[in-house]
Amino acid sequence: MTKYLGIVVAGMLFGVGLAVSEMTHASKVLGFLDVAGNWDPSLMFVLGGAVGVAIVAFRFILKRSAPLLEDRFDLPTVKSIDAPLLVGAGIFGVGWGISGYCPGPGVALLAAPDWETWVFIPALLLGAWLQKASTASDDDGVAMLPQPESDQG
Amino acid sequence: MDTFTPISALAGGVLIGAAASLLLWLNGRIAGISSIAGGLVTGRRGDIPWRLAFLAALVVGAALYYGLFGNTPVARPHFPGWLLAVGGLLVGFGTSLSGGCTSGHGVCGLARLSARSLVATLVFLVTGIATTFIVRHVFGVY
Repeated sequence: MTKYLGIVVAGMLFGVGLAVSEMTHASKVLGFLDVAGNWDPSLMFVLGGAVGVAIVAFRFILKRSAPLLEDRFDLPTVKSIDAPLLVGAGIFGVGWGISGYCPGPGVALLAAPDWETWVFIPALLLGAWLQKASTASDDDGVAMLPQPESDQG
Repeated sequence: MDTFTPISALAGGVLIGAAASLLLWLNGRIAGISSIAGGLVTGRRGDIPWRLAFLAALVVGAALYYGLFGNTPVARPHFPGWLLAVGGLLVGFGTSLSGGCTSGHGVCGLARLSARSLVATLVFLVTGIATTFIVRHVFGVY
């Protein structure tokens, strides 16, 4: 399965980038969000560097008819700026501002786990599951079956 | 600003951007970690292996860096566990509802010039800054 070559190389590079930029350090991230404290603008440089590279690379990549190792591009199709987007992003920001972790760094904590890792990651997965379960029960009247936390990776 | 680290921040950001570009170029996928991880608990069965492979590789990449250079994250000794759990729940719920996080909306969405992602990024930055202010300066929790 050659497709895994791309997935593994990209995943590793992503993990190195998170470690280099110290986005796995909650106090570093909160140092950026805490504009009233001892403000640390580093996160702006992380986002700037990442977007700067991707904005150029994506232009060329998306001119291709297909990616190199798989049949087609799997891109988000939703374009609307609606209530779920605004409310969801707002809720995410509150959780981010509380914890200092967004999902990528949260997962990367497993590289050097401490008690925060074992609290944050199950809570993150449970939150995502609760959201999907509530949507599923709204849409088709069938709630998703609960799954034990240990089955969720 | 004694904690400001522009060089490592920019270098790490460039690596993250390169990783997102590689995943799009090679596999045609968006490197949005909340969507990749969220799909583990809610996605189709056939999707699980590549999601796990990507997340495992991400952990290995970070572990390699820590093994070589140290600078591992250190748990905050006085941060309440229940508050961290609440934070994690809200991050999981919110990113699932809005369909992206700092990487999906923030990095990949902005790179795709998506208005939707720009709005999401501005919203989570504003609520994040407001929340951190309240947690640190109103309640004094660090």
